[in-house]
Amino acid sequence: MFSIENITNSFHNWLSSVLSETLVMLVEMGLIAIAAIALFAVLGLVLVYMERKVAAVIQIRLGPNRVGPMGIFQTSADTLKLVLKEGFMPNNVDKFLYKLAPFVVMITAMLILAPIPFAKGFQIWDINIGVFYITAISSISVIGILMAGWASNNKYSLLGAMRSGAQIVSYELSAGMAVLSIIVLTGSLNLNEIIESQRNGWWIFKGHIPALIAFVIYIIAVTAETNRAPFDMAEAESELTGGFHTEYAGMRFALFFLAEYINIFIVCAIGATLFFGGWMPFHIGNWEGFNHVMDFIPSFVWFFGKTFFLIFLIMWFRWTFPRLRIDQLLNLEWKYLLPISMFNLLLMTVIAIKGWHF
Amino acid sequence: MFEEVATSKEGEQIINVGPQHPATHGVLHLIITLNGETIVNLEPNLGYIHRSIEKMCESLSYRQFIYTTSRMDYLAAHINNHACALTVEKAMQIEIPERAEVIRILVSELTRIASHELWWGAMAMDLGALSPFFYAFREREVITDIMEETCGARLTMNYMVPGGVMADIHPNFVKRVKDFIIQFKSRIDEYDQLVTGNIIFQNRMKNVGILSKEDAISYGTTGPTARGSGVSCDIRKIYPYSIYGKLQFDEVLETAGDSFARYLVRVKEMKQSISIIEQLIDNIPEGDFQAKTKAVLKLPKGEFYQRVETPRGELGVYIVSEGGTTPYRIKFRSPGFSNLSALNHMIKGHKIGDLVAVMGTLDLVIPDIDR
Repeated sequence: MFSIENITNSFHNWLSSVLSETLVMLVEMGLIAIAAIALFAVLGLVLVYMERKVAAVIQIRLGPNRVGPMGIFQTSADTLKLVLKEGFMPNNVDKFLYKLAPFVVMITAMLILAPIPFAKGFQIWDINIGVFYITAISSISVIGILMAGWASNNKYSLLGAMRSGAQIVSYELSAGMAVLSIIVLTGSLNLNEIIESQRNGWWIFKGHIPALIAFVIYIIAVTAETNRAPFDMAEAESELTGGFHTEYAGMRFALFFLAEYINIFIVCAIGATLFFGGWMPFHIGNWEGFNHVMDFIPSFVWFFGKTFFLIFLIMWFRWTFPRLRIDQLLNLEWKYLLPISMFNLLLMTVIAIKGWHF
Repeated sequence: MFEEVATSKEGEQIINVGPQHPATHGVLHLIITLNGETIVNLEPNLGYIHRSIEKMCESLSYRQFIYTTSRMDYLAAHINNHACALTVEKAMQIEIPERAEVIRILVSELTRIASHELWWGAMAMDLGALSPFFYAFREREVITDIMEETCGARLTMNYMVPGGVMADIHPNFVKRVKDFIIQFKSRIDEYDQLVTGNIIFQNRMKNVGILSKEDAISYGTTGPTARGSGVSCDIRKIYPYSIYGKLQFDEVLETAGDSFARYLVRVKEMKQSISIIEQLIDNIPEGDFQAKTKAVLKLPKGEFYQRVETPRGELGVYIVSEGGTTPYRIKFRSPGFSNLSALNHMIKGHKIGDLVAVMGTLDLVIPDIDR
């Protein structure tokens, strides 16, 4: 069976044989940083291209089709344009915060990437409180958005940032509740153990209806958390022109833009890990032959396949639904999603204690 | 005036929406006083696209001035032209051939559908659903293609002249319109499922921007804006012009007066327009497409007024003639101006997000308001 673990282990052994322990650690950290940044750039390009193609299919058009075959280099060309653009800054902005904000948003997105297992044995940081770490770090991005809105010295930006603050803070609750209901089943916060627990079936199938409800709530909540339509209050281009990034141009804008897509990837990766077994292939109970065939598909294919399916789902929402109003948005969270997810968590706990899940 | 508007109490802020803003669909400038996200006051500021069309008309002959009106409400060029042609014909008592009348109604109703289609797409886009815009343009494209073939232009058509229409319809016209009807009828149900039936869409539109029947009358609103409040004001029904009196169609009325009612009126009006086209498309009489008129038109001394129903409401053309070849004064009563004046009343106390839901249902075309 193909596994990335073998490659990384042999590389680590080779490095240990030529360098001292401290140097090995430093070299590996450097390599991981480069890999993470490269992954970032590639993911950004791929996701933007995917979004444009998905939108094109839904909107009966062709989408990008000029730069390279099927327009696959369109996003690279766009990025190049943004890099070369002047880093314009309007008058009377709070210069320090204005410059800092995109980095806060970006760094937050990068930090969450750490504990996600991309494939079997391929993970930057195997931390035993992985899920907790992710939920904690993801709340920081709202500070970056608030900073951007405040520092821009623009009323639209401020309104957008305030909306975003209210929205992210409230939707984090039901996203957390949905995540918790899986934690209750597995009894572990470690992402690897969560994946391991789905060896004989994914939680979305094993956890009965409460798992399904938790998944639906999770998808709705993370769509709101990443500021995507139909919950794109913070941007709402027909109301607030561009929301918090109205005054940003060039690469600073691109960082916000990139962070949005990376965040989508991350929430979908977590969704795939919790509900669809991460890199775990599709297994059915004791069907040895079937499970064996499924194991031949490499684990990273499983992981990215599931993640991109969820990303497609979220993109599909964006191009279909109209936007909610800010009060309707908060009503939906506090009056419907939160009570339902609380009750769902209770139900899940009963299932976990009684051992009713498969 | 500016100083007066720009003062705000503590806790309130002034925000300028437009003249360059994605939601205004043109160069409309709204000075909005906000308390948090709630709109306290809204003051439209006009004049960014004023081209003094009325003044220009005074130095143009009665054949020429019609062409400037295509640039007023550019989504209903035919209907503007129709109003002007009707006024001149009324003044000079020109009898126009039956064929020309039927062609006029056909292109007018096609224009109405095209205009409502564009509004429908833009409305959904304002509310954040971007895809319906493309679906709307797919249908509208068929109409613009038909127009291009027959009138030679896609947007600012100058097809109607005093005495009839400028040229006969293209041989493909009837067939393409019939194809369009079949296509459109099947798709309008899809649209209803996608947008009208959407729960988010209904929540955004219902109980928003309520305009009572009395207010609708006192603000002088017309067209679907007033009909959404239950005011019967379809000029095609109450003062039939051209051959509308002989046609079978219903005036669409809704009584709720909110944004959703105005939305429904427009969607149902598209279906009515289709039924008008269906009645006429097989019965285009043979004959001339233009009456014989003199090369230079001279209106008798006096004042002449004609009103028509555009997709946005009542368009009035008022000509004062001193007996010469050019008008002494021309005044257009544009529907958009009165409809916009009701916006402040409708939007007060709502959230800024509702601005697009209310303004969208007024279907404002700014060049029509400013002229």
